[in-house]
Amino acid sequence: MSVQVPRLRPGFRFQWEPAQNAHVLLYPEGMVRLNDSAGAILAEVDGQRTVEAIVATLEQRFPDAGPLADDVMHFLQDAEQQHWITLS
Amino acid sequence: MTGSTDTSAQAPEIGPPLWLLAELTYRCPLQCPYCSNPLDYAQNEQELSTEQWVSVLRQGREMGAAQLGFSGGEPLVRQDLPDLIAEARQLGYYSNLITSGLGLNEHKVRAFRDAGLDHIQVSFQASDPELNNAVAGSRKAFEQKLAMARAVKEAGYPMVLNFVIHRHNIHQMTDIIDLCERLGADYVELATCQYYGWAFKNREGLMPSKAQLVKAEAEVNQRRQQLADAGSAMKLIFVTPDYYEERPKACMNGWGSLFLTVAPDGTALPCHSARLLPIEFPNVREQSLQSIWYDSPGFNHYRGDSWMPEPCRSCDEKGKDFGGCRCQAYLLTGNADNADPVCSKSPSHDRILAARRAADHATAGLEDLSYRNPANSRLFFRS
Ligand code: SF4
Ligand code: SF4
Repeated sequence: MSVQVPRLRPGFRFQWEPAQNAHVLLYPEGMVRLNDSAGAILAEVDGQRTVEAIVATLEQRFPDAGPLADDVMHFLQDAEQQHWITLS
Repeated sequence: MTGSTDTSAQAPEIGPPLWLLAELTYRCPLQCPYCSNPLDYAQNEQELSTEQWVSVLRQGREMGAAQLGFSGGEPLVRQDLPDLIAEARQLGYYSNLITSGLGLNEHKVRAFRDAGLDHIQVSFQASDPELNNAVAGSRKAFEQKLAMARAVKEAGYPMVLNFVIHRHNIHQMTDIIDLCERLGADYVELATCQYYGWAFKNREGLMPSKAQLVKAEAEVNQRRQQLADAGSAMKLIFVTPDYYEERPKACMNGWGSLFLTVAPDGTALPCHSARLLPIEFPNVREQSLQSIWYDSPGFNHYRGDSWMPEPCRSCDEKGKDFGGCRCQAYLLTGNADNADPVCSKSPSHDRILAARRAADHATAGLEDLSYRNPANSRLFFRS
């Protein structure tokens, strides 16, 4: 699992929107406003790094949050089911 | 003036327009009889210049718009489209090109991608060439559309196909979905027409019967299940006609709440069909987008709910559907303030029931429809 690489599906774009004070995911004729943790996770998805590496980065960035592997994996699987990303 | 101060219905805070629709032109090589353009579009020849569009894009982005649609008419007839795409990308928009596919070629598909376009939606009229071309009023449309759908996918865009559904093609759901699967579509929009513009004019000849709709829905659900079982990522979006509902749709998510349309001549609208309303709308040539969105009477007209007459005024569902569509209320009752007659609480709901009955007995063929072309448009302008 954790050696999988998450990647945004073609046509999806992740960016910060000042007007909404949030990260959003944009796709054909649609937009999801992401909460802070979803935004923080997707910000690390670059199509190169594994889930494991992403978890390590996030744990370093948020040392008070404790172990994050489960939360991150849970979110990424959910995002895969929504067809926002692929995990491979 | 006592008794008329209704402070309970204060206008809610106005959020930014997150979605900007740039209708670049009303020019189009096709003649779809359900086109949402105004009936008298041919009277409307003063298009905004490139600089004016760039300014609209900049202002919109500054206000917070993130989704941008380039539509029309056929947006490809604008020679400056690549420049507008590049500008949109640079500003940070997610840009969508909504096209009939006519006038597109592989070279343009790639050039647009390099300029930063995010998505191209190709619209079809049917799943087979004969019907497609008859509806579009063009002989070679279908093959061109297929080729362009493939080119879009090859260039790395998501493939989004749109089919406008009506009584003459609603029996083709399974065929349409199969075709989309073969093409490798990511999103398929099966949109039964909404009856404004040319589609209202042609409603009797377009609206499916209840029996047709039920059958189509069953077909779509069945194929959707099969796709899910096969783990397919192809998304089916079936927009059913609100004429068969008992509650109206929450039109545009509320008037002036998310959507801002700019018509070819610079008229700013809360929705692309609002032009038919007897309301004066501002123009981007004369006013900043900021003042249009937040301060203009046109945009404030139906914000909040203090404008509502009964039955909406005292209805506990008004926060859900905002009384429905203003254009539909206007077209069917003559007064845009009224409840959308789709609502069974509307005193004019019988209009909807009559349209349903008519759809059960309609016999008009494709040849009886009024096709959207300049000659017919001038006819409407004169009458
Ligand atoms: S609906 Fe048909 S006629 Fe109208 S703009 Fe689109 S392609 Fe052209
Ligand atoms: S009466 Fe008006 S607010 Fe109530 S459900 Fe009908 S349209 Fe909506």
